[in-house]
Amino acid sequence: MHPIAERIQQKFPEGFLKAVEWRGDLAVTVARPSLHEVAKCLHDDPDMDFDYIVHVSSVDWPEEVERFEVVWEFYSIRKRHRIRLKTRCSESDCEVDSLADIWKGANFMEREVYDMMGIRFRNHPDLRRILMPDDYNEGYPLRKDFPLQGKGWRDTFEFLNEGKP
Amino acid sequence: MGLVQIGRHEKDGELDVITTMLEKAVNWARKGSLWPMTFGLACCAIEMIAAVSSRYDMDRYGAGVFRASPRQSDLMIVAGTVCRRMAPVIRKIYDQMPEPKYVIAMGSCATSGNIYDSYSVVQGVDRFVPVDIYVPGCPPTPEALFDGILKLQERIMQKRVFTRQPDQVKV
Repeated sequence: MHPIAERIQQKFPEGFLKAVEWRGDLAVTVARPSLHEVAKCLHDDPDMDFDYIVHVSSVDWPEEVERFEVVWEFYSIRKRHRIRLKTRCSESDCEVDSLADIWKGANFMEREVYDMMGIRFRNHPDLRRILMPDDYNEGYPLRKDFPLQGKGWRDTFEFLNEGKP
Repeated sequence: MGLVQIGRHEKDGELDVITTMLEKAVNWARKGSLWPMTFGLACCAIEMIAAVSSRYDMDRYGAGVFRASPRQSDLMIVAGTVCRRMAPVIRKIYDQMPEPKYVIAMGSCATSGNIYDSYSVVQGVDRFVPVDIYVPGCPPTPEALFDGILKLQERIMQKRVFTRQPDQVKV
């Protein structure tokens, strides 16, 4: 196993679920409750030293019970290694810890995940929609059960009637 | 050009006389000094920029001075994919342009949404502003845009300035 994955497993035996290494990319899946402390360790541990957050994204697996997967990708500028951190949540309890307190850059990217997939981030400093308008009420466009052409928003132009009786 | 020249004498130093309709003279002046607005939304804007620059030189048709303000322009070239969130902005800019004003929908996206049949892309800019000329292509070449400009100039020559416009043909 990858030394970083081994270290995570050593430190968090309950939180560590699995590690996949494919074509040199390490992806570690952790249980949702221990996500924040694993992330904290990745950032603070001098052997890991992941100081740069590359990306936050999410995946929808509509057939599975724990339907949503949130993916963070970190890079260490000094040590030149990277890791992909994943966690799962179900549709009914669609909330994971925000990592914006550890990496400031997570703020906007987690907002985008919230905007597009509807996953809420606990303790996020400013969890609002970021790409869609604040009053957009058709749901979350990147979910698999969202119709491809939307629900009519793209064809309604309410501003055309402004100022008319 | 639609201008009729008579009385052109071979004598040197004599002024030429042109008789025409005032309407045609006004339209001729209008079509020869289009003031487009810089309104690039996507890759079509690159072709639009190429059309203005020296190799293609849109200035030959009197439409080369791009303005950065809708209040100084009378031609809006909507070049690129129109997202729904951009729609009220485009409408507001259109409303700010002084009359007479013209709109060219440049490229498949501005015309019909192209392949972007998605929740956020407006299926054609003509859903919320009136469009005079559609220029197909993905993206259209500068030559295609020129063709659109020339077609627009033909259209401007047909406009009525001092008399009532004929009723639009209803479909």
